[in-house]
Amino acid sequence: MVTEVNLCGIRLKNPVIPASGTFGFGTEMAGMYDLNVLGGISLKGTTKNDRYGNECPRIAECPEGMINSVGLQNPGIDALLEEKVPALRKIFGGAIIANISGFSVEEYVHCCEKASKSPEIDILEVNISCPNVHGGGMAFGTSATAAAEVTAAVKAVSRKPVFIKLSPNVTDIVEIARACENAGADGLTLINTILGMRIDIARRKPVVANRYGGFSGRAIFPIALRMVNQVASACSIPIMGCGGVSCAEDVIEMMMAGATAVQVGAENLRNPMVCKQIVEELPQVMNKYGISDINEIIKAV
Amino acid sequence: MPQASRYKVISNREVASQTWQMRLEGDTSAFSRGGQFVDVAVCGHFLRRPFAVREWDDTGFDILYKVVGHGTEEMTSMQAGTVLDILTGLGNGFDASRCKASALVVSGGLGASPVFSLVKELVAGGRSVTVVMGYNTADDILLFDEYKASGADIHISTLDGSKGVKGFVTDVIDTLQGNWDYFYTCGPKVMMKAVCEKLEIPGEASLEERMGCGCGICYGCTCHTAKGPKRVCADGPVFRKEDIIW
Repeated sequence: MVTEVNLCGIRLKNPVIPASGTFGFGTEMAGMYDLNVLGGISLKGTTKNDRYGNECPRIAECPEGMINSVGLQNPGIDALLEEKVPALRKIFGGAIIANISGFSVEEYVHCCEKASKSPEIDILEVNISCPNVHGGGMAFGTSATAAAEVTAAVKAVSRKPVFIKLSPNVTDIVEIARACENAGADGLTLINTILGMRIDIARRKPVVANRYGGFSGRAIFPIALRMVNQVASACSIPIMGCGGVSCAEDVIEMMMAGATAVQVGAENLRNPMVCKQIVEELPQVMNKYGISDINEIIKAV
Repeated sequence: MPQASRYKVISNREVASQTWQMRLEGDTSAFSRGGQFVDVAVCGHFLRRPFAVREWDDTGFDILYKVVGHGTEEMTSMQAGTVLDILTGLGNGFDASRCKASALVVSGGLGASPVFSLVKELVAGGRSVTVVMGYNTADDILLFDEYKASGADIHISTLDGSKGVKGFVTDVIDTLQGNWDYFYTCGPKVMMKAVCEKLEIPGEASLEERMGCGCGICYGCTCHTAKGPKRVCADGPVFRKEDIIW
């Protein structure tokens, strides 16, 4: 039974990857299980300088999902490369995906150029879709022109495959995906969280201090699946499918929709063992549906 | 290290106004200190619910919880025999070793639960322990008999004066002559802040924040500290007085 997939020349032993922001920098999880069962790990979003992020509360529960407004808390690109990535590489042999965010094209370029030179990083995931920071992040992901500009700029300085992580908070995700592909993106990750809100009716105030936040969890799976399918139909570069994945069947579904690898996000926060469980269940589920090589189902639908 | 396991409800009863105590049976090997917490998966709710552990032994542990929303409301109807998916051994807990000879332990409301194991550990370690528990009213008083039996010197304040000293925990502290070398506190933030500012001795306080994962991976419960941003769930919940930025 073949579970190995290939992302732009990077071989993953299986398509299961914890999504950025739901698995810290990997080492936080090392005590829970052997991370080497995973195909890859997408690290927490990183910016040029360290960031505290937004004030608390940063979390609001929703039916079948949650809102977060962490706001890219991270130690900055230098600490990522000097401390976080080497620490993870010591215990993890799979693909390390650095997730890069920024507030200007120059900042994306600065971080991608540095991360690209790290021998321990396999893939760059450029986050142009964070809904929780103002004047940056998602601003680049909601305009095809800006998305293409960031893509071309980071591609020019990167020796590693560059995946652009797309926002679902747009009128036409296909237009932006095409713009990224045309600008040279090696792949796409979709979707980031959907901008949402909860209100504390007793206090008459938003639950999260930043007012709005990114909605994720099982509830968004059908939306993510639809967008992956639309983008896969329009583009030829590989996709990491992300959004509401919670079990091995979801992984199969996401790959049939068009993903080559599948990221698991919010489910890690309610069940920190979920990625390991999905990896363990995957061969049984493949067997159940008569799939001998997982690559045969990519874009099957 | 955090550990995911299944636990069986042994008992679940209301012990004070809107406050319940649940005893759970299962693996307690992940517990190491009083003041640690567990994260309980409640069927039908996306996120787990974090609760401090009152006490644990070789066969199980118990938590006290206040009914504050749908999740805790549903927990009150859980019968003995119900099996729950729980993450245990979360958080750093209190450091009893920092107290040399005499400790002051100050709790507010439900904060009496997470400091209970600490008090027993301090007493067992030969320290003299003074406990000041603050409540709104006599009906809210928790664990009074357990604390009385712990060997610590127990004092109570209620805001309405229905039991003990009328007023705040700080009013009780004013009346006491203690030779304490270290303090521990858990309760409402305003109370802990007042306690930390009043006492000149070193000490530590257990903070609270709305959490996502409870085990340090989502950065949803970060707080400012003198040592930079820290996760309440994994770097805390207990922080030293000098590191806390109120």
